[in-house]
Amino acid sequence: MSVNLTLLLVMGVLYAIGIYLLLERSLTRVLLALMLLANATNLLLLATGGYAGLAPIFGKDIPATAYNDPLPQAFILTSIVISFAVTAFMLSLIYRSWLLSRADHIQDDREDRRVARQELFDAEEDSEIAIEVSDFHENNQPAGSREMIPEVTLKKAAVHHAVKEGGE
Amino acid sequence: MSIASLAPLAVVLPFLGAALAFVLIRQPRIQRRVSLGTLAVTLALEVLVLAFVWQSGPVAVHLGGWAPPFGIVMVADQFSSLLLVISSAVSLAVLAYASGQGAADGEEGGPLSVFHPTYLILVAGVSNAFLAGDLFNLYVGFEILLTASYVLMTLGGTGSRIRAGITYVVVSVVSSLLFLIAIAMIYGATGTVTLADLAIKLGQLDHGTQQLLHVLLLVAFGIKAAVFPLSFWLPDSYPTAPAPVTAVFAGLLTKVGVYAIIRTETLLFPSDHFNTVLMWAALLTMLVGILGALAQTDIKRMLSFTLVSHIGYMIFGVALSSVLGLAATIFYIIHHITIQTSLFMVTGLVERRGGTSAISRLGGLAKLSPLLAVLYFIPAMNLSGIPPFSGFLGKLGLLQAGVADGSPMAYVLVVGAVAASLLTLLVMARVWNRVFWRSTADAEDPDPVLLATAPDASGGRSMRALRTSKYVDATEGRFAGENEIPILPKMMVYSTLGLVVLGVALSVFAGPLFELSQQAADAMLARTPYIAAVLGAGAP
Repeated sequence: MSVNLTLLLVMGVLYAIGIYLLLERSLTRVLLALMLLANATNLLLLATGGYAGLAPIFGKDIPATAYNDPLPQAFILTSIVISFAVTAFMLSLIYRSWLLSRADHIQDDREDRRVARQELFDAEEDSEIAIEVSDFHENNQPAGSREMIPEVTLKKAAVHHAVKEGGE
Repeated sequence: MSIASLAPLAVVLPFLGAALAFVLIRQPRIQRRVSLGTLAVTLALEVLVLAFVWQSGPVAVHLGGWAPPFGIVMVADQFSSLLLVISSAVSLAVLAYASGQGAADGEEGGPLSVFHPTYLILVAGVSNAFLAGDLFNLYVGFEILLTASYVLMTLGGTGSRIRAGITYVVVSVVSSLLFLIAIAMIYGATGTVTLADLAIKLGQLDHGTQQLLHVLLLVAFGIKAAVFPLSFWLPDSYPTAPAPVTAVFAGLLTKVGVYAIIRTETLLFPSDHFNTVLMWAALLTMLVGILGALAQTDIKRMLSFTLVSHIGYMIFGVALSSVLGLAATIFYIIHHITIQTSLFMVTGLVERRGGTSAISRLGGLAKLSPLLAVLYFIPAMNLSGIPPFSGFLGKLGLLQAGVADGSPMAYVLVVGAVAASLLTLLVMARVWNRVFWRSTADAEDPDPVLLATAPDASGGRSMRALRTSKYVDATEGRFAGENEIPILPKMMVYSTLGLVVLGVALSVFAGPLFELSQQAADAMLARTPYIAAVLGAGAP
């Protein structure tokens, strides 16, 4: 099986540029990357069809090996249609993104950043719980000390709250 | 000619319904009925196909009468027809939910009118992927469902959806390109793309080529199935979409990826090249996913992370490559499609009722809306694997398969699976405690919608709101400027209820379902029924 070296080289270059552009933050470059990668893949599909041959239209006296393999070309057609649709959709997304934020780059997920910044301390779960003093317990403590314990916790929570507000 | 020969209609009918729904874009009421009717008919057909396949084994339909490996073939075996039925049932419930929402909010002529046609195309794509008998048709199925999902994901075109949508589109396109590269290389190496034919021919290639093709396919499907470390796009993009869209994405899209991984592992590459790698991926997916869920403060994002985590269980079962492991995986997929979707639907209802899905801003819903609390509680316990439910049974099957495997790695995974399950219970219980159990007064900065009908609010307005309990005459907040809008439309509640009941039914009928899963797993590991159905009994 002979392979068209030029096509292979072009494919390699397209993949290289495509992958480079894909890693950029600019949306237009990412779009270009997807187009280049799609075309490189189409060339790869073409290469799998083997050597170039006659158009695959049946003729009586032509040996079977003289034809080109039509299946990869059918694949390529499908792939072109799909990448065309996706490119159009991406363009509309980029345009919309430009209208909304006047920026041509991929934006951060704000909620994700917020979650990453949040503290480990969770007031509802991690606050110290006041020791529960039951009236039915044997070592019943006087009412005065019972009120002391929650007060300490409250103070801690207040300090924590102040720190939190100061930080933001 | 049997009823199973009609299996391709599972793809054709939603397409026709989509075309009709597109024509009816200005008549939302008729459009809703058409799309619901289409899906109901499709579901009925798929149940018939499943019944037939269960009785008499896999059926292959040669499209256009061309014999494989030259023509396009669609195959309904036990596994794919089971998934078809469950996916259609779930998507029908979600469509009813979305219709209820649309009917309640009055979507006349808005951008949302493309929802129904696009949704049906998504369903057609999912069905096509499940039925595909060759790799390229599988690719086309993926592309159909992905393209529809791009539109659904960015519905309305708000800033956050566009941001999430771009990430989603780029990641999906890259994974599809990888899949296409794999197809090109497989075609170059074997000269065929028919799965059954490949099952024979791939085995004849030398070891290195096999491994290359195998890893290409696994990476492409791993991105779609959100297997760690290829899962980071999912929690970023899913939560911003509208509630019904997130629900159906969470239920179906990743499972199509898992389906493709299972086909790759059982039919194409039965030799265990990457079982250890898959086990590590499964372990990390489970743990990293659930640890991510722990950190979240928003219900939708939390659920997206649990979704990733539970994909790990399925990969675990696949990596064991035993009948029990595979059967448990199939059972787990069915369980997870139903439960994860119903949880997202309930979250949509919570969001309507409470005005937000941020956990800190919600509270007291168990008192305000007890039905909602029940609807959350059952699937939440189900997902965490509390005994009578299907989540427990599926996990039990996986753990048994892991112990039966006996290798040290399998034991590590068993421990990891139990830990991930406990952590799931923790995150589910945390949402329960805060959103439902604590009093409304504890919620930080609650939305006016949550307070509108709160029993402890004073004044004449709240009394009126209490009388019409489901309606709010809102002059502030989300519903400002609208006339009376039902906060919880009946259709949304009933469709969620239906899916929760289906989830419970999976536990009640777990016996026959597990038997069916086992039969499917048997057939898939034996491989011959599938190959014989496609290529004829004479094939090796």
